Amino acid sequence: MIEVQHLTKRYGRITAVDDVTFRVERGEILGFLGPNGAGKTTTMRVITGYMPPTQGKVIVAGFDVFDQPVDAKRRTGYLPETPPLYPDMTVREYLTFVAKIKGVHSGDRLSRVAQVMKKTAIGDMADRHCGKLSKGYRQRVGLAQAILHNPDVLVLDEPTAGLDPKQIIETRQLIKELAGNHTIVLSTHILPEVAQTCQRVVIITKGKVVAVDTPENLTHRLSGAETMYVQLDAADVDATSVLQAVPGVTRVGLSDRHGTAVGYEVESSRDQDIRRELAAAVVARGWGLLELRPLRMSLEEIFLQVTTEEGKPEQPETTGQTEEAAQ
Amino acid sequence: MSNMFAIAQKEIRAYFASPIAYVVIGLFSILFGVFYYAILDWFVKQGMQMAMGMGPQSLNVNERMIRPLLQNAMVMLLFVLPMITMRTYAEEKRSGTMELLLTSPITDVQILVGKFLGALTLYAAMLGVTLVYVMGLFAFGTPEWKPLATAYLGLLLFGGCFISVGMLVSSFTKNQIVAGMMTFVVFLLLWVIDWIAGSATGLFGTSAGPVVEEVLNYLSITQHFDDFGKGIIDTKHLIFYVSFITFGLFLTARSVDSERWRG
Repeated sequence: MIEVQHLTKRYGRITAVDDVTFRVERGEILGFLGPNGAGKTTTMRVITGYMPPTQGKVIVAGFDVFDQPVDAKRRTGYLPETPPLYPDMTVREYLTFVAKIKGVHSGDRLSRVAQVMKKTAIGDMADRHCGKLSKGYRQRVGLAQAILHNPDVLVLDEPTAGLDPKQIIETRQLIKELAGNHTIVLSTHILPEVAQTCQRVVIITKGKVVAVDTPENLTHRLSGAETMYVQLDAADVDATSVLQAVPGVTRVGLSDRHGTAVGYEVESSRDQDIRRELAAAVVARGWGLLELRPLRMSLEEIFLQVTTEEGKPEQPETTGQTEEAAQ
Repeated sequence: MSNMFAIAQKEIRAYFASPIAYVVIGLFSILFGVFYYAILDWFVKQGMQMAMGMGPQSLNVNERMIRPLLQNAMVMLLFVLPMITMRTYAEEKRSGTMELLLTSPITDVQILVGKFLGALTLYAAMLGVTLVYVMGLFAFGTPEWKPLATAYLGLLLFGGCFISVGMLVSSFTKNQIVAGMMTFVVFLLLWVIDWIAGSATGLFGTSAGPVVEEVLNYLSITQHFDDFGKGIIDTKHLIFYVSFITFGLFLTARSVDSERWRG
């Protein structure tokens, strides 16, 4: 549905996006992840036809954004970082205006506006001026504007930024609902959001794509070993050697100490479940087993690992590394 | 076409939803009223002098009343029109709505012409208010309506030139004050450009040379109005105004496009 091919965008001497290539399939939600200033917004602006690329091309729904802009734009809905509202218009006036310029037929306009207002739950604000809306409502009107002409492709630039937790959950829910008929690209720097809403993640940093995968695969692949967190009620003894003796354990490290409770991190090879053995070993010694849980690498850690690897020439490309780790 | 009118309609609505339209039309009509009163007073005195056999031999309402009045109105446009045009692009850029317009399935030209028509409509409404004053003259005298019509056509075209330049300047910046001030300066330069043209009549007593003089005179947008004021529609001046507007709009389109490339 969206094909980004060798996209490069330079502002003067600054390269904002450097040879980015990825595709998004129909009905998919793609998360666009990266630190601030990584080139997310620039990439989205090129996809939506707001600015032309310096090199490379973008094809949306079969139309080259640069060569056939009107056709491509007709199939794209875009929510910029700040919702593009006219403060002097009421929500209804605003949406009617957007419906006109997005090419919604005059007969369908009213019903379409009503439908979208219902979907985004802004009906009770229909006659308020856009300038007087709270941040959450602005964001929702922005989203309503993006889906108004029922586009194939939805590009959302940080759709949950500045919302309160309840609104964030509602917005994510709404995005998931939309995914069925729309292809969605959303950018964010909030990592749990990606894990919860997206089917695939593109991690971008300093204008370059460093990883493309599903959130699950990313968490799995990057952590070569499984780590268990074991907390024991045995302050006066050193349990390291006992834990080390359990078959399958490769490494044991002291993690933390709270009064009599001592926590250990136990690493094992990934294909082996050692929880049973660990528990048996602890109980056999007569120690209290307070906690036993797997430590999975969080997206935050992966994100940091992936985005800070830049500039270390010794290390292989992250995408390559993840593949090695999976083998 | 319908996209263009959607933009124009939105622009007009924006003028009237904010205080801009009311301030501009209101203040303009107050100033116009003052000029009207002053010139009418002078005209009436001339009439009385003529009646006593001391003044000019003939006293034409069109020539002695309406023409100076409209010429004075043109001076006011120098101050009023930047207020109309300064927001056209600067505000859209600042509030981020430019992103909405440029990612919608409409062309830059449709946006541009829509905005121009919106500003021109407000300007026409402003001129419409002044017609109320002029109509008063019909109640007490017998002015000719044809030179009046050409004068208003001239004013409309003249204002259109200012609007196209104002939009160009507005497309350069995000800051409305900067846009307004720059527009005013550019207007004023276009206004006084012929002052340095003539050798004998030149304001600074310098001669620019015969060729430059002609060019400068031609560029002066006020000189092209004179014939319209007299009731003459000369294609020379019509073409000047229309091509001026087209050129201004063309440059605005280029400016918006280059902004896209630069980001």
